[in-house]
Amino acid sequence: MSSSFLFSQFMGGLTTAMFLFLIASGLSLVFGVMRIINFAHGSFYMVGAYLAWQAVQWVHPTGGGFWLAVVIAAVGVGLLGALTERLFFRSLYGREELYQLLFTYALVLILGDAAKFVWGTDQLSVSAPPALAGSVQIFGTTQPLYTLFIIAIGPAIAFALWLLLNRTGAGRMLRAAQMDREMLDALGANVGTIYTLMFAVSAFLAGLSGALVTPIESIVPGMDVLIIVQAFIVVVIGGMGSLWGTFWGSVIYGQVLSFGILIFPGFSLFSVFALMAVILIVRPWGLFGRPL
Amino acid sequence: MLEVSGLSKSFGGFRAVSDVSLTVDTRQIAAVIGPNGAGKSTLFNLITGHLRPDGGTVRLDGRDITGAPPYRICRMGIGRSFQRTNIFSQLTVFENVQAAFLVHHGRGRNFWLRADSLYREETAALLASIGLAAQEETVAGTLSYGNQKQLELGLALASSPAVLLLDEPTAGMSATETHETIRLLERIAAERALTLLFTEHDMEVVFSIAQKIAVLHQGHIIAEGRPEEVRADPEVRRVYLGHGLTHTQ
Amino acid sequence: MTVAASTPMLRRHALAATALRDRILSGGVPWTLVIFLLMATVPWLGSRYDTFLASQITIDALFAVSLNLLLGTTGLVSFGHVAYFGVGAYVCGILMKTYGVPFSLAFPASGLGAALFALVSGYFCVRLIKLYFAMLTLAFSQIIWAIAYKWNAVTGGDQGLPEIPYPHLDWMSSIPGCADLSIGARFYLLTLVLVAVSLAIVHHIIRSPFGRVLTTIRDNPERAAFLGINVRLYQLASFVIAGGFAGLAGALYGIFSRGVFADYVFWSKSAEILIMTILGGAGYFWGPPVGAAALVWLNQVITDYTQYWSFVLGAILLVLLFGFPGGIVGGLDMLWQRLKRLRNA
Repeated sequence: MSSSFLFSQFMGGLTTAMFLFLIASGLSLVFGVMRIINFAHGSFYMVGAYLAWQAVQWVHPTGGGFWLAVVIAAVGVGLLGALTERLFFRSLYGREELYQLLFTYALVLILGDAAKFVWGTDQLSVSAPPALAGSVQIFGTTQPLYTLFIIAIGPAIAFALWLLLNRTGAGRMLRAAQMDREMLDALGANVGTIYTLMFAVSAFLAGLSGALVTPIESIVPGMDVLIIVQAFIVVVIGGMGSLWGTFWGSVIYGQVLSFGILIFPGFSLFSVFALMAVILIVRPWGLFGRPL
Repeated sequence: MLEVSGLSKSFGGFRAVSDVSLTVDTRQIAAVIGPNGAGKSTLFNLITGHLRPDGGTVRLDGRDITGAPPYRICRMGIGRSFQRTNIFSQLTVFENVQAAFLVHHGRGRNFWLRADSLYREETAALLASIGLAAQEETVAGTLSYGNQKQLELGLALASSPAVLLLDEPTAGMSATETHETIRLLERIAAERALTLLFTEHDMEVVFSIAQKIAVLHQGHIIAEGRPEEVRADPEVRRVYLGHGLTHTQ
Repeated sequence: MTVAASTPMLRRHALAATALRDRILSGGVPWTLVIFLLMATVPWLGSRYDTFLASQITIDALFAVSLNLLLGTTGLVSFGHVAYFGVGAYVCGILMKTYGVPFSLAFPASGLGAALFALVSGYFCVRLIKLYFAMLTLAFSQIIWAIAYKWNAVTGGDQGLPEIPYPHLDWMSSIPGCADLSIGARFYLLTLVLVAVSLAIVHHIIRSPFGRVLTTIRDNPERAAFLGINVRLYQLASFVIAGGFAGLAGALYGIFSRGVFADYVFWSKSAEILIMTILGGAGYFWGPPVGAAALVWLNQVITDYTQYWSFVLGAILLVLLFGFPGGIVGGLDMLWQRLKRLRNA
């Protein structure tokens, strides 16, 4: 087994990891404050991917305008998230978690079919932006520039989220809410805005990752549920509601998936499930989470 | 009977309960009092296994029960009521108590009998003794607040506990309801030879039935003893100044 | 987070339910038996297509009732119940097709296999943190789907296992009136009997002391623990039983639809069953079967107009959540109570 092969696997794992981090961080954020698992988070990701494809068609049918498309998709999905919170979620806060859970589940069903209705069932794809279309040689392997870009953007987003949570007033309120939900009520007036904002940020991240994944993976129906299950596993590994737990959970997931091929050729997902099972036995609250 | 020694619990640097030691003798009626946030509920949760202590031990009849899960502690003979009412709101009053009897008699794993037909007499008798016989067909969630508290007591009693822990048994009750509840508690404690440990904010209630009082303040026990000793304690008077203790003397 | 059960969706108005029971029993009409007998006449009175629909409703009814043992009785929301249905279907299919095991052995084996998998996965799902239940049930069902899809040698991969043989039902010819029935109709009658027996068992379990303990856990797990109940153990037991009966339903479905395919185990089938259960009324034993009948019928009607069945399911779920949390049976029950009050007034 050559070292360049191992390096290739490592980089592949890191790319998967950073995508998963972008998605799982939004899931974890909503959970941290509202104690709600948003099943529709993967659907937001899917809508982000389709929106990016659509924007590319509008802006530059021959395949330019990638960055503009990413912005449109991320902001568009962020707005969709804010709208969902305002129109539906708001009326569910007083009610039991079962309703909230089932509501997000209903969204999965509806958004999945809505995407099929609008964009059809064919595989769609978007080409990488010209500036990142090339590749470089590292350790005797060919690494596409776009992959390196993704690997860089993960830590950047993690840092930005950390700043948002630790260095802004709204972030401090969010963290206070994570510690004690009743504290938010005590803070009073802006709770509604905070929730909407947080839902929007979470959806924005999902839309962003959906848009960014388009040059690497094709856009197909069903990508929503595929990704949400992986995001669940990431937060189980890392610890629900913890930013760094989600980050390292993604990194571990990516590497185990990537090198799991060496153990279970053809079915590397097995190694990830095995890892999840072990963590659930040893540390049920995740590597970085706290016992609830 | 119940022996707590050196019990401590912190939440993220905040010491909710700090080195608390307390003994309750068999058939004694003891109360833990203290201002809001003194750590009373935390202490109860440590004793009943809902929280795991950072240090210290809890003994029941000399047996170490520290950190055992709640269901085990219940089976060992400690019953409890909760501060927020805690009943099975969609079952009828009768079904509530009947379920408690089923579990207590180890029938919970039985798949083949009819639950409806078991322990009917015991259930009816217990409901009569706590004054809920007339409401036995009522869905528990629709009971008045006072009745729900009575039912909760009934659930705790169905397990025939030796020690009963009551967290604010008269919280939210009117003066009449409070009075009735206290009479009921006294009677039942006597009938069933119970050891009773309760928390309470109403000093009148505490001094009317407690044989022993421990005062908890900022996680520490600052005084412990017979009611008249505690009442005379200068430290207690200082902490409770303006909190009602001086008024009810 | 607790997936709290004290919701109108799961609320069993104890008085209303007693009234419902009394009405059924003391009315002198054994409705359960009447419905069973009516269903049994379908192969003679209805078309082949009616028998097909009745088979589907019967099997889905068992599947949904098994889910409701979790949802309505224990207060656990599973988003991956199809995993156990799928395990049952594959175990039965593989035993009968690949190894030629007779149905009389393969059928119970499929229930046991599903229960065994429920034991393993349930151990993780009910463990320590309740909120993981919703996530992990979905994750485990996707694991089963991935295995069904990829393990070519055993499950047939994306080709599935076509042409699962029917059980030997020649003996039915000796029953008067059955000699002319097709094999499909005969299998439907067998299905009807097996499902009826299964439903009777589940019904009995719910009314047993064990079932009563499950309802206390649904209402208030914290209090239940302080009656001396090992809550997670009982949740696991309920999960295993529900998984086992889902497996039996899966075994019947595989034979009924002449094959077992990876699509059966896809998550959207879990959604369909969950919505079926809530549509009928999770607070009532007969809610899920009513929901099964309603949804199977609706599916037939709607697929003529649109292929977007998931969208319809999602929309139904929204309407139920915001407007009719009691479902069909809950709505009928409320209507009945109101009529009774009017008559008495």
